[in-house]
Amino acid sequence: MSSPGVRVLLPSLLRDMIGAAGEITVDIAGPVTQASVIDTIEARYPMLRGTLRDGATRRRRALVRFYACEEDLSHAEPDAPLPDAVARGAEPFLVVGAIAGG
Amino acid sequence: MTGVRVLVGTRKGAFILTADGKRDSWTVNGPHFPGFELYHLKGSPVDPNRIYASQCSSWFGQLMQRSDDGGATWNAVGNQFPYDGVPGTHQWYDGTPHPWEFKRVWHLEPSLSDADVVYAGVEDAALFLSGDGGSTWTELSGLRKHGSGPNWTPGAGGMCLHTILIDPSNPDRMYIAISAAGTFRTEDGGQTWKAINQGLHSAHIPDPTAEVGHCVHHVTMHPSRPRTLFMQKHWDVMRSDDGGDRWREVSGNLPTDFGFVIDVHAHEPETVYVVPITSDAHHFVMEGKLRVYRSRSGGDEWEPLTKGLPQENCYVNVLRDAMAVDSLDECGVYFGTTGGQVYASPDGGDHWSAIVRDLPAVLSVEVQTLQ
Repeated sequence: MSSPGVRVLLPSLLRDMIGAAGEITVDIAGPVTQASVIDTIEARYPMLRGTLRDGATRRRRALVRFYACEEDLSHAEPDAPLPDAVARGAEPFLVVGAIAGG
Repeated sequence: MTGVRVLVGTRKGAFILTADGKRDSWTVNGPHFPGFELYHLKGSPVDPNRIYASQCSSWFGQLMQRSDDGGATWNAVGNQFPYDGVPGTHQWYDGTPHPWEFKRVWHLEPSLSDADVVYAGVEDAALFLSGDGGSTWTELSGLRKHGSGPNWTPGAGGMCLHTILIDPSNPDRMYIAISAAGTFRTEDGGQTWKAINQGLHSAHIPDPTAEVGHCVHHVTMHPSRPRTLFMQKHWDVMRSDDGGDRWREVSGNLPTDFGFVIDVHAHEPETVYVVPITSDAHHFVMEGKLRVYRSRSGGDEWEPLTKGLPQENCYVNVLRDAMAVDSLDECGVYFGTTGGQVYASPDGGDHWSAIVRDLPAVLSVEVQTLQ
């Protein structure tokens, strides 16, 4: 099943890199999961490869967190389905740089 | 018309400073990649429009950038630096084994003959090579697999490979330096390496004259004398005249021989510059005075250069890759500080002025002389 478009809000530094003013929308073929969303983002924006997850291990970077629907999904399995509201485009998938310092 | 382009890497972006051959009026362009740490930018000696940049972030990891138009526009290139095989362990600060982990690219050294070939020195210490303009990177693992690797330790800044020197007379001969392992030389293009640290004395290791373990901060050479190397070690300024086989101390009358940068005049192979720093505990210049020291005798005898530099209430540091020289007829010398100033001297160090004063902390300075 194809999604109607998953809304993703990236951290501002990464938005600057791809020239996005706000949310981006990605079309996912197949199950909507953390892995499929990031795969699609990396395919569209190759310059972001390795910024959200390690390029070799594909594990989430330690200072990157994933939120949606007021839940912290950072520790969810990468292949677990994201909330239906994210898959339907009703809620954004939030990629957040962890607060560190300052 | 001749001119210079100064590539400045800072804690929060890159800046490109340009001037004509007089070097008295500057244009400041940037920040490029605002918010990211730019550890190093360096242009190809073959094609000055080709510039490589190391962009990184504690949050988002390592990115690599390449410009083909002198820094006007940039394209992200390959950012995967896979160690060859299972990298094993090095020593942690307390001497316990610690896994080798890639953290960032500290230094980029473009080939002297091919703009698509570039070397990268990384933390945890290893040397990588790209032959396709930075798209892909392959480790030259003979260095890390030098038998001493498990005994290497990180310096305060991390276990970084920060210096890469290519012998212009023989590109298969290269020198690299690692904090805190020491200096190494290859004669076969990076396949095999020899530790070249005889003559170094480091009180912070159990055997002060050990083969490896020395915290070498930076090494430089003059291209016309590629067997003569100058080194700023954690403490001590050193010199070798046999390609690193043997080192002797040339700290001479320096007020302190702790420091990070060291560089050589473009036209005078025996004229050397350092910026003495108070101590390993006090990473700022002595007595509130920013002084470059110059030796015209290849070391031992040093003179302070102060004209135009702050001589009171100054407590900045100058990091290891933050000094460079241009090759105009009257050699220009440049350095950047942790306080965000970039200073230039158009006359070999006699007179200084700030090109720009309020950048983020400067990590690196490189100069391109444009014809």
